[in-house]
Amino acid sequence: MDLTFTEEDRAFQTEVRDWIETHYTPDLRARNALSKNGYLAKDDMVSWQKKLYDRGWIAPNWPEKFGGAGFTATQKYIFGMEMAAAGTPSTSPMGLSMVAPVIMAFGSDAQKQKHLPPILSSDIWWCQGYSEPGSGSDLASLQMSAVRDGDDYVLNGSKIWTTHAQWADWIFCLVRTSRDGKPQEGISFIIFPMDLPGISVSALPTLDGPSDNQQEINQVYFENVRVPIKDSLIGEENKGWTYAKYLLQFERGNAYAPGLRNALSKTKKIARIEQADGRPLLQDADFARKVANLEMKIESLNATELRIFSALSAGEAVGPESSMLKCAGSEMQQAISELTLEAVGGYAAPFVQDTFALARAGTNETMGTPDHAAPAAPSYFNYRKTSIYAGSNEIQRNIMTKMVLGL
Amino acid sequence: MDFNFTEEQTMIRDSLSRLIREKYDFDTRRGVVQSEAGWSPEFWAQLAELGLLMAPFSEEDGGLGGGAIDAMVVMEEFGKGLVVEPYIPTIVCAGGFLKHAGSAAQKEEYLASIMGGETVFAFAYAEPRGRYNLADLETTAKANGAGYTLSGHKAVVIGAPWASKLIVTARTSGDRRDRGGISLFIVDKDAPGVTTRDYPTVDGRRASEVYFENVALGADALIGDADGALPLIERVADEATAALCAEAVGAMGVAHAQTVEYSRQRKQFGTAIGKFQVLQHRMVDMFMEHEQSISMTYMATLKLGDDTVERQKAVSAAKVRIGQAGRFVGQSAIQIHGGMGMTEELAVGHYFKRLTMIDSELGNVDHHMRRYTELGVAPLQAAAE
Repeated sequence: MDLTFTEEDRAFQTEVRDWIETHYTPDLRARNALSKNGYLAKDDMVSWQKKLYDRGWIAPNWPEKFGGAGFTATQKYIFGMEMAAAGTPSTSPMGLSMVAPVIMAFGSDAQKQKHLPPILSSDIWWCQGYSEPGSGSDLASLQMSAVRDGDDYVLNGSKIWTTHAQWADWIFCLVRTSRDGKPQEGISFIIFPMDLPGISVSALPTLDGPSDNQQEINQVYFENVRVPIKDSLIGEENKGWTYAKYLLQFERGNAYAPGLRNALSKTKKIARIEQADGRPLLQDADFARKVANLEMKIESLNATELRIFSALSAGEAVGPESSMLKCAGSEMQQAISELTLEAVGGYAAPFVQDTFALARAGTNETMGTPDHAAPAAPSYFNYRKTSIYAGSNEIQRNIMTKMVLGL
Repeated sequence: MDFNFTEEQTMIRDSLSRLIREKYDFDTRRGVVQSEAGWSPEFWAQLAELGLLMAPFSEEDGGLGGGAIDAMVVMEEFGKGLVVEPYIPTIVCAGGFLKHAGSAAQKEEYLASIMGGETVFAFAYAEPRGRYNLADLETTAKANGAGYTLSGHKAVVIGAPWASKLIVTARTSGDRRDRGGISLFIVDKDAPGVTTRDYPTVDGRRASEVYFENVALGADALIGDADGALPLIERVADEATAALCAEAVGAMGVAHAQTVEYSRQRKQFGTAIGKFQVLQHRMVDMFMEHEQSISMTYMATLKLGDDTVERQKAVSAAKVRIGQAGRFVGQSAIQIHGGMGMTEELAVGHYFKRLTMIDSELGNVDHHMRRYTELGVAPLQAAAE
């Protein structure tokens, strides 16, 4: 056991820090500071991702042969930690972290050649079609159908909670190709462009009140959409559930602690500005105790993540640990957003139609209220999603009940 | 001991509940909130017509002879319907200040028009750096001849865009945060030197930043004693807090009921999700939190007339419990609704947002926990030593 970095690791850390310092520009920082959920408008996200791409760091988890960063396990950890510590913008995960690993593992050579390079360069934006109106936690009950007709599938149905579908060029979907056997056995994993006839996207405005075209989630409708099987089917027909589970490892497998540290540092920054009885709120004993409590929880999660990733890099398989990290991490994200809301006090009340719009205008001037307070309530409302998405925390606890307790 | 409502109070509840059902359903409310004005003066006039605005005033003051319990009944119904109209600022706060401390001339000038729905007030007490401390004032009113000159900035003044009159707390002597030296004024919103920046709030209301720049006030603008208004302000803030607790109770009840109903309808894994024990227990916990919030609200409201310490302890205890319960009930309602709970379309998210914001009004959980500790725990400890 050893917690220290080598000389080379420290040099790498300095290199990452310097790069961030240069490329994470003040205007981008200002906009990101006002983002309620870590996302920016599409052009900002793409331009940030392209900077990482130009440096060769856009895909720390990809194998080098596909353009991955070629990091060692420690470098990957340092990179993630430094990016999170600086609070750099989120990268859109649907292409880079979700569909790409599935294409690499199960796609044809033609599919790999066609799709991986534009994912890497952020020239194609992806969205994920999993949940349906009647199929959320019980994903295997999904009904969107793909019916063979000659060399094509004809698609009918609807997907819901589709993140940034309004910006997407392509979608990956789980669809029903068979109704025989268990529900899991009739599902296929397919990919296709979003501009085909019969596809329509409608915004689902969330509690945090997104402005036009900045909504996080959508419902997508498919009406007799025709796609060629050869291009769109990944791997084998009716094996989609296996591929989806493989993907979930990536969706659930990221470290939470570095991002949580950054989020809490923002809360502390706010609590240094906010006053209580003539002193910074951060010096208020009750508030400070809550910050300390969260910090300790984050550090215990961090230590747990390091233990798990060290086991993973030694070749052990991901098991119930990812469910544990998801529950702990998402609940801490929510706790931090709750503490931030508390920190801004009454100034949580002004409704900022969208923190993107505000960020672009560069100021909250028209309201006469503090900028740092603007994203607090939208974030708190928005982050309720974290214990719901990617398998609700109830589902994660059921998984652990089975896998850990054997019950 | 009697927790029953009088016939009049039951009538208030029934007529208001019917009015909200008929004229303020969720879609209508959405339209009201999104309208340019952001509230419904017609609905306010209907409340006046039904006598609801005069309910908590004595007959001597021209009211129906009710009091805080009547306001509690009204606000619980407001909570159920997510009504945004300014009952607390106008009736409970401005009405409270006037009935407790208004001069005969002030009562004469304002009470009837408040009860008739013609004059709307907002209560400007919070400041950008004052947090929940009612005495932490940077707004000043300097004596000027027989009157005063008011300067300062009040933050997040709920209902100010709809109001023609403001009740403003200001320091007339002493240092920032001194308990003495605070006075209370009635200020015309269109007086020279008053400017506002209006905005909608996350829970569907409207509020303003209000700026005073050398606003000239006459001697008749003062309510109660010069320099000695803090006890009065605290009393009315406690009455408003109790009313806010009642609103939260109403909102919690609906959030809980909608969640149970959704859990009956929503099917996953071949069964209604309400059949899952983990959700059942959470919904039962919501029920328990709601019931205890009802009890605490009754208790605090009944103790509003007690001596200061008893009143403050009861109100703080209620606000703490309601803050905790509101958070739990609101968060659980969203969690059990899943993705649907995250949408703007469903009502449940709007109840969640209102419950969230109630905690940051008139002192959050920490603030009231501290006040309770100072009043109720620290003195006992000192006595034992």
